[in-house]
Amino acid sequence: MPLFDSLFNFARWLAQNREEAEDLVQETYAKAIKGFRSFQPGTNFRAWMFRILRNTFLNSRTGLKTSMTVALEDDDPAAQAVTAETPESLLLNSTTQRLIQEAIEKLPVIFREVVLLCDVEEMSYQEISEALSIPIGTVMSRLARARKALREELSKTL
Amino acid sequence: MACDLWRSKIDAYADNELAADEMRAFSAHLDACSSCAADALRAVQWKRTVQAAGKRFSPSLELRQRIEEQIAPPKKHAVGAAWLPRFAVAAMLLVALLLAGRAWLSFERKSSLGELADLHVSTLASSSPLDVVSSDRHTVKPWFEGKIPFTFSLPDDLSPFMLLGGRVTYVDQSPGAHLLFQLRQHRVSVFIFQDRFEWSRYFEAGDALSKHLSFSIETWSEGGLRYFVIGDVGAQDIQALSQRIKDAARS
Repeated sequence: MPLFDSLFNFARWLAQNREEAEDLVQETYAKAIKGFRSFQPGTNFRAWMFRILRNTFLNSRTGLKTSMTVALEDDDPAAQAVTAETPESLLLNSTTQRLIQEAIEKLPVIFREVVLLCDVEEMSYQEISEALSIPIGTVMSRLARARKALREELSKTL
Repeated sequence: MACDLWRSKIDAYADNELAADEMRAFSAHLDACSSCAADALRAVQWKRTVQAAGKRFSPSLELRQRIEEQIAPPKKHAVGAAWLPRFAVAAMLLVALLLAGRAWLSFERKSSLGELADLHVSTLASSSPLDVVSSDRHTVKPWFEGKIPFTFSLPDDLSPFMLLGGRVTYVDQSPGAHLLFQLRQHRVSVFIFQDRFEWSRYFEAGDALSKHLSFSIETWSEGGLRYFVIGDVGAQDIQALSQRIKDAARS
């Protein structure tokens, strides 16, 4: 079940708890079976499954406690500016990997989920838009801000 | 377009979200601007680094079995009409997962090709792209001995391609040979690795010759080795170089 590993990894990052991630994945498949009639053939199945998972998380105890807003507006032009600054000597060793994982954990959920779907799952902006039910422009803006936040967090520690 | 405007598209470039004509124009700019090429390389490397770090958690076997039992069709055969819709839905979900499996193979194929395209770009952007600089195959090929766990053959006559040299490269921490060739104003990379089971799955299911971003890529397996030829030249040129290398390997 290829989506299974990806869904679990995503759930684990969202919930930050193994047991809750397992419950989320199990509930996602249960809802997928129950609601399969609502899936429109020809649309993106992967985005549909991730949307179910994400919505299940939002309705969970942890999800309800999670803030899904950030201080600045999503369409803040300054937030869309791309910075090419990347911490130097970004070697993929175990220390860097751990620091990046810690930085991802610290991201607000709305930034964490776009980074995971784009960089880890390599979804297109369109797929992410469908999975998160947000416009493509918001996907791009959140990605830019999430990446900026990750780089800044890493710059403090490297 | 000024560099500042191109830089605003670097994230979209790294995410493979530029439209085809924009991608061509952007690639042409990268060929001419080493500063933007370095920034693009950093963006691609950053994405790969986050991707590797993000693939952190794996589900337990127990959870997998629980889910499989959950979505499997019920063992009882339909006695009444009540069982049939659930069976039909479960069967449809299994079909969808099978289709997702094919999409996953396609995704993994694309991911592997993307990684190689990144290695090709990073070499072009590097100030010291090669560890052994020579157009003589009798110099380049022996240089790899002891550095990689296999040997390979190069053709005697490579024209119109010119061998520039090579370096040791790594994919998933496995060493391989990266050879760089020149054809007119273009650079073409040839990567050679020990073949792997998953590559056979990803690439046998698709075309040997494909496009990734603005690059043409050909891949094949021969004698336990996996070859990748990648460059921004036309497909015919990629195929021509590939055929030379295949003939050398078989001779």
